[in-house]
Amino acid sequence: MEPIMAVVIGVIYATAIYMMLRRSIVKLVIGLILISNAANLLIFATAGMTRDAPPLIPMNGDPLGDVIADPLPQALVLTAIVIAFGVLSFAVVLIRRAYQIVGVDDMDQMKDTDT
Amino acid sequence: MNPEVALPILIPLAAGALSMAFWRSRMMQRLIGIAGTAALLATSIWLFASVQSQGYVVMNAGGWAAPFGITLVADLLSAIMVVLTGIIGFAVAVYSLPTIGRGHETFGYYPLMHLLLAGVAGAFLTGDIFNLYVWFEVMLLASFALLILGGERAQMEGAIKYVTLNLLSSVIFLSAVGLLYGLLGTLNMADIARRVALVEDNTLIDVVAVMFMISFGIKAAAFPLFFWLPAAYHTPPVAVSALFAGLLTKVGVYALFRVFTLIFNQSVGYTHEILLWGAGLTMLTGVLGAAAQFEFRRILSFHIVSQIGYMLMGLALFTPLALIGGVFYILHHIIVKTNLFLISGVVYRLKGTHDLKQLGGVYKAWPLLGVLFLIPALSLAGVPPLSGFFAKFVLIRASIEAGHIGITVIALLVGLLTLYSMTKIWAEVFWKKSPEDAPSARVSPLSQRHLWLMLLPVVGLAACTVFIGLNGQLLYDVAEASAAQLLDPQAYIDAVLGEQP
Repeated sequence: MEPIMAVVIGVIYATAIYMMLRRSIVKLVIGLILISNAANLLIFATAGMTRDAPPLIPMNGDPLGDVIADPLPQALVLTAIVIAFGVLSFAVVLIRRAYQIVGVDDMDQMKDTDT
Repeated sequence: MNPEVALPILIPLAAGALSMAFWRSRMMQRLIGIAGTAALLATSIWLFASVQSQGYVVMNAGGWAAPFGITLVADLLSAIMVVLTGIIGFAVAVYSLPTIGRGHETFGYYPLMHLLLAGVAGAFLTGDIFNLYVWFEVMLLASFALLILGGERAQMEGAIKYVTLNLLSSVIFLSAVGLLYGLLGTLNMADIARRVALVEDNTLIDVVAVMFMISFGIKAAAFPLFFWLPAAYHTPPVAVSALFAGLLTKVGVYALFRVFTLIFNQSVGYTHEILLWGAGLTMLTGVLGAAAQFEFRRILSFHIVSQIGYMLMGLALFTPLALIGGVFYILHHIIVKTNLFLISGVVYRLKGTHDLKQLGGVYKAWPLLGVLFLIPALSLAGVPPLSGFFAKFVLIRASIEAGHIGITVIALLVGLLTLYSMTKIWAEVFWKKSPEDAPSARVSPLSQRHLWLMLLPVVGLAACTVFIGLNGQLLYDVAEASAAQLLDPQAYIDAVLGEQP
């Protein structure tokens, strides 16, 4: 399972970077969405792709068994998804406002503040 | 329990929530703005005092022991940074009173400012690498919103670059955290440091180290990834630029200092060599960019970039003396740079423009302002006896001792060019006659009370600069103790995890 995931994550990263290098700001945001999802998948995959039991302790006695799923990456992904979602919704609003104010969706024409 | 570690985070969060509650009352928001930042400054000094007496102040949130729970930890470097956050926050809050317009206030300027301060303080105090990411995001989101308040065209264009590059840097950071967790199975920075030292094969660790370097390098605006900074920092209101200039890039620098002294100190010859090249090129490109500009705040923005190079140089040389220089430089730079931005705002309010060619005659009309500008400007350029001189002197001495002549030459040259562009501002803005077509006629008159409110933080920060200059030894001792802590990761690990058998 891991090799497939690795390839998938790599392809998503590559697609995201390709999209971010385009001139259109809409494609820029699509790139941002993809790249943050790629990072989330990467964290998820670091725990290992196994069909393990959840890390729960039965009421009576036995401590954790031999194979358990690592819950921490899932908690991390959950946090990261929430943050990425907040930031991306900001980015979407930003490009909408920028499009309204500047009147183009071409990064090459947004160079007034550059040197 | 050590509540002083948590308070610099909780106070701005609470102040932000309170000012949200008083959404409609500008008066209350301003009051909370002043009171909240004053309380932040007070607790940060408390934290500094207890770090001085105890060495490390550690708090485990929720009582979960160190590698499992979320740790807040302050060593001297974090404590210094938090004190500076308090000073800058308070100065900017005072400065905001007369300069931030009604439109900004009703769209949540104060809550965002508090949130930004909370994020910055959180990033300085956390001992957990994933939490560092979370605090980065808190800080960034607040800064995104502050940057576009007002919604002018230049702000939008600057913001798109700022948002994109900073998001990219966050994603790289997040990926690096994921890989590090996959390698070591822990997120607590002290625990990571302990386990990295046990890893036999450093190849993967080095890859992760470079990812951290790229990510924090973008946030710190290091070469070659600094382009978002001069594109964005001169667009928002001056109080916001000053807050950004003082604190945001320094969080990236702090993270680099923390990570590359505590965790990635195994293959110094590899990682710190890259950092050294980055530092030299950052200095050079920043100052050359500044020399080419004719807009007050753009010059200052490019100077941030070049000064970041000096701090990285301190880290990259990685000798005790160089780290002292780096810490001293951060300490001095935050105060000076914020002050310069605040002064640019005063000039703008008096003359109605940031364009050097249209400015002039400020010294004749307001000699006090000229003197107030000279103090941070000369300090930034490194003229003795002001604070910047000692910082530069220590760094250059360290680089000579380490035998890196190339970086020494660059540092000296950049110091000279900094002086050149500061004299350019001085000559154009303060000294030459006001040009015929100056737009100052259009500026609405500024009441004395407002002028003094704007000058108050400027005077305070200038006094800090002079104080550091006159009491160099005092600050040097603090920087020395802090550098000693940075070079002794074992003490940090023991403080967080408890003594290992």
